[in-house]
Amino acid sequence: MNLTLRIWRQRGPEDRGAMVTYELADVSPDMSFLEMLDVLNERLILEGEDPVAFDHDCREGICGMCGVVINGQAHGPRDRTTTCQLHMREFTDGETIDIEPWRAAAFPVVRDLVVDRSGFDRIIGSGGYISVVTGSAPEAHATPVPKDIADAAFDNATCIGCGACVAACPNGSAMLFTSAKVTHLNLLPQGAPERETRVRDMVATMDDEGFGGCTNTGECTVACPKGIPLTSIGNLNREYLRSLTRR
Amino acid sequence: MSWTDEEVVPRVRSVAVTNDARPTSPVGIFWRSTIGKKAVMAVTGGVMLLYLLVHMLGNLKIFYGRESFDEYAHWLRTIGVPALHGAWFLWIMRALLLVAIVLHATTAYQLSRRDLKARPQKYAHRQRLEASYAVNTMRYGGIIIALFVIYHLLDFTTLTVNRHGVEGAAYDNIVSSFSVWWVTLFYIIAMLALGLHIHHGFWSAARTLGVHSAAREKNLKIAATVLAVLISAGFVTVPIAVLAGLVD
Amino acid sequence: MPETTSLGSGGSAYWTVGDDIADTAAPDGPIETRWDRRKFSAKLVNPANRRKHTVIVVGTGLAGGAAGATLAEQGYNVIQFCFQDSPRRAHSIAAQGGINAAKNYRNDGDSVYRLFYDTVKGGDFRARESNVYRLAQISTQIIDQCVAQGVPFAREYSGLLDTRSFGGVQVQRTFYARGQTGQQLLIGAYQALSRQIDAGNVEIHPRTEMLDLIVIDGRARGIVARDLVTGKITPYLADAVVLATGGYGNVFFLSTNAKGSNTTATWRAHRRGAHFANPCYTQIHPTCIPRSGEYQGKLTLMSESLRNDGRIWVPKTKGDTRSPDQIPEAERDYYLERIYPAFGNLVPRDIASRAAKYQCDDGRGVGPGGLGVYLDFADAIKRMGEDKVREKYGNLFEMYDRITGEDPYKVPMRIYPAVHYTMGGLWVDYDLQSSIPGMFVIGEANFSDHGANRLGASALMQGLADGYFVLPPMLGNYIASTKLGSVSLDDPAVTSVVGEVTGRLGRLLEINGDRTPDSFHRELGELIWDECGMGRTEAGLRKALARIPELREEFWRRVKVPGDSGELNQSLEKANRIADFLEFGELLCIDALHRAESCGGHFREESQTPDGEALRDDEHFAYAAAWEYTGGAPVLHREPLQFDYVHLAQRNYS
Repeated sequence: MNLTLRIWRQRGPEDRGAMVTYELADVSPDMSFLEMLDVLNERLILEGEDPVAFDHDCREGICGMCGVVINGQAHGPRDRTTTCQLHMREFTDGETIDIEPWRAAAFPVVRDLVVDRSGFDRIIGSGGYISVVTGSAPEAHATPVPKDIADAAFDNATCIGCGACVAACPNGSAMLFTSAKVTHLNLLPQGAPERETRVRDMVATMDDEGFGGCTNTGECTVACPKGIPLTSIGNLNREYLRSLTRR
Repeated sequence: MSWTDEEVVPRVRSVAVTNDARPTSPVGIFWRSTIGKKAVMAVTGGVMLLYLLVHMLGNLKIFYGRESFDEYAHWLRTIGVPALHGAWFLWIMRALLLVAIVLHATTAYQLSRRDLKARPQKYAHRQRLEASYAVNTMRYGGIIIALFVIYHLLDFTTLTVNRHGVEGAAYDNIVSSFSVWWVTLFYIIAMLALGLHIHHGFWSAARTLGVHSAAREKNLKIAATVLAVLISAGFVTVPIAVLAGLVD
Repeated sequence: MPETTSLGSGGSAYWTVGDDIADTAAPDGPIETRWDRRKFSAKLVNPANRRKHTVIVVGTGLAGGAAGATLAEQGYNVIQFCFQDSPRRAHSIAAQGGINAAKNYRNDGDSVYRLFYDTVKGGDFRARESNVYRLAQISTQIIDQCVAQGVPFAREYSGLLDTRSFGGVQVQRTFYARGQTGQQLLIGAYQALSRQIDAGNVEIHPRTEMLDLIVIDGRARGIVARDLVTGKITPYLADAVVLATGGYGNVFFLSTNAKGSNTTATWRAHRRGAHFANPCYTQIHPTCIPRSGEYQGKLTLMSESLRNDGRIWVPKTKGDTRSPDQIPEAERDYYLERIYPAFGNLVPRDIASRAAKYQCDDGRGVGPGGLGVYLDFADAIKRMGEDKVREKYGNLFEMYDRITGEDPYKVPMRIYPAVHYTMGGLWVDYDLQSSIPGMFVIGEANFSDHGANRLGASALMQGLADGYFVLPPMLGNYIASTKLGSVSLDDPAVTSVVGEVTGRLGRLLEINGDRTPDSFHRELGELIWDECGMGRTEAGLRKALARIPELREEFWRRVKVPGDSGELNQSLEKANRIADFLEFGELLCIDALHRAESCGGHFREESQTPDGEALRDDEHFAYAAAWEYTGGAPVLHREPLQFDYVHLAQRNYS
């Protein structure tokens, strides 16, 4: 396959940045999207140009490090797929592919396609945990958890923190991310003692980080590689409103 | 970073977000948060929706003829009499609606500004949005409806711009306005915008207020469609009837 | 320039033999009470004094994340580093299968002793009994801890935890969270760590990579790290340093490790005096998706559970290029079922892997480059129905389809072995302290608990045991029992290390040659895979040992690293890591050459039973090989292993 790539190049946070066009020949349809970028970078290095910076690590769709917007879609055209798991057979010979970083005020560009997602870490740090000091845990079977609750908690816990939800949302909102963690922990009996403070503090941090609000457009769940459902946002709203009536 | 065993030197920089600016009262927390503001929008939207439903049903009385309709319009001004004096009920309703509109508009404005700021740069490759037309037109729809309401009040409440403009002659006032093609067109466009607004708003409000089961959301989506169609169709019937000569 | 020195010189001895060493930290006496007695004899740091002490933790995986969170909870100042953009991304996250624990919830005869026994035996008798027993003891606490943190393990309808059997053992002791157990456990540790970061007890440095260790007066007192965004090189000082930096599987270039996984932290520590133990113990997983072409940068593992219902075969004719559905039953060779009739497709990982390699070496492999064998579900679909197969393996089939573009319900899967875990690592004693006092090594980065082969679902167990439960009291003991003088950033020992690190990066940028960093990594990886992969021979290892120094010399002459060091420069990061792999690879081959026996993940073709099984040589090799760095030929220190509880026996699966 021969491709025309238009890639966002930006040297640093202060730089303006622009889309730059590259022609790439002999792309195999079996390549993953990131392997295609690897090949481009190998060429750029030998031509004495700066390779394109992009985040990636596990390359099996679980670490959440990779993620670019491909032709206007976070993680590209395939459903429930991270960028590293997207393969070139999803594209056609001669196609022009636009590659851009996540766009959100809360995710400033570090370089090229690399953005700073540390706001997510601060949301988790403000309440996305159960406070259990190592060694103080009761016997695991002391509290049975109904299977449906455990399964629902698991579904929300599968979030990989990649940020595609924020990138896809026209408001740059982190509601899906925050709702997944709140739902995961607030559903479980172990999470009950901190149920109210958790959601209150996490939402406050989410707002402070400069993420937008939710207008229920549903873009986030479509982009989510793990298919976190919109109902989690409903649950976050409920937990939040409920928390304000307690203590 | 030089230190000895004896002295305690704070070596760990706190990276925690400062919480100083955050309000502590439940109302303060609620009003400051995006979710709180959304809840305000949802509740005030619900109040207005209820009002519109009644308003629309009342409008249909026009098909019973001039006398019946004018009598109905008069009754509206005297509901609650004699327990309430004169037009008190009407004024209470107006006050309630005004509060709802102001809160709805304020939160909409604040949230929209916030949302636009949160996504300052668009994608060079236009995003292919999954969301429906209704979702993407909430803001513009809201503005159209707001402008319409102002015109509507000047037309039928204060009668400032009404061509007939006789107090108490509600039926003739309506017929005279809708005899002008562009007033009717504006009215119909506004009602379609209203339908779209309700279509997304109703269901979205339900989620904002905490509905989180997929089955219930599906039912609410159906309800939203029914309400949207019912309300906009109900309102649009009147000018169409005027245009068609069914009401004159 | 040490980078270009050859460790051995042309054909003469590649190593020298030094004094034997011993693990003096482990108590004697009954194995059941050793850990309790060690904890009791350990000195304690008064809670009020803990915040006067700073601990550096490098890495935020299961071991590092758990250690950082726990140390901070106890009151220490923690400075923690990860090269990823968030502590949540460490490669522990990719573990699929599960975590073992001797809970015996099934009442199926499991016990701490049985888990201990299985692990020592599974490790082919090359692990310390004391360490393994402790691991089995702690395993049950880990499950309690994780459940309390909200880790959503699979549950039964009763609401109680579900378990399954895993990795060729006869009890159901593996706890799991669908196929994402590693993710869920790591997120648990990450959340605990995040809480401490928010509380100001942990100073986190994401996108920051450790490039060297600072040793002062024989003790580890800090690290030198590079901020990957600004390129700034900064020394950090502390009372103790904990390395939790994972394994070295990426020396093979293609492995199931994350792209960023590297050996720089451990190798730099080795160069500063930490012994590196048993590097030749590498585990190869039989069911990975084969590579599709030259450009491939990473291999993906699929759960071993596929072998429960899939049948492995190759065409009987060499170089048969027909599509699989065109090959009649009579012309297929179900070689595992033929050679190992008792276990069939369920033989242990190393045997399945080697058998696949032999078929492919023999020219009967399938797919691109002939590097693959079929894993066929046609019979399973016929027997159970497609729906049942989908229910059981749906997510794996989907993953395979996504990567290869082939539908495994219609076309047999193609699989090939790949490196995915390394049992070797920095040598540590019972306290997890390395041969440099004050430097502790935990998780996959150390060598301690798995011997020559790791059992399935034991990696997560070891990482969390080290981080949550073993390291914290032992680190406290070190701090309480050591008089640590003050150290200044102006200390020549600090500035010289900073200078060395800066100089090395500068040299990499100056070369401006004509080959990319990856091209060297790929070449090194292929060489090591061929000569020090699934089957190793003396001749092959000697060939690799002759080639690696040449390649290293070429690297330092011809590598091209664009950009500069004062910015985000991913090529520079890569080149720096590859430079260390080029040194480490040589030690890996030396260790493999010196260990003339076969055991676990180390298969020397000269040492096999008539059936082609790994043949241990307990008389000569029942020891852990701890290598000391000299700059020239490394020095071998043997730590003899004693087996008082589990009797040495040969594995038998035929």
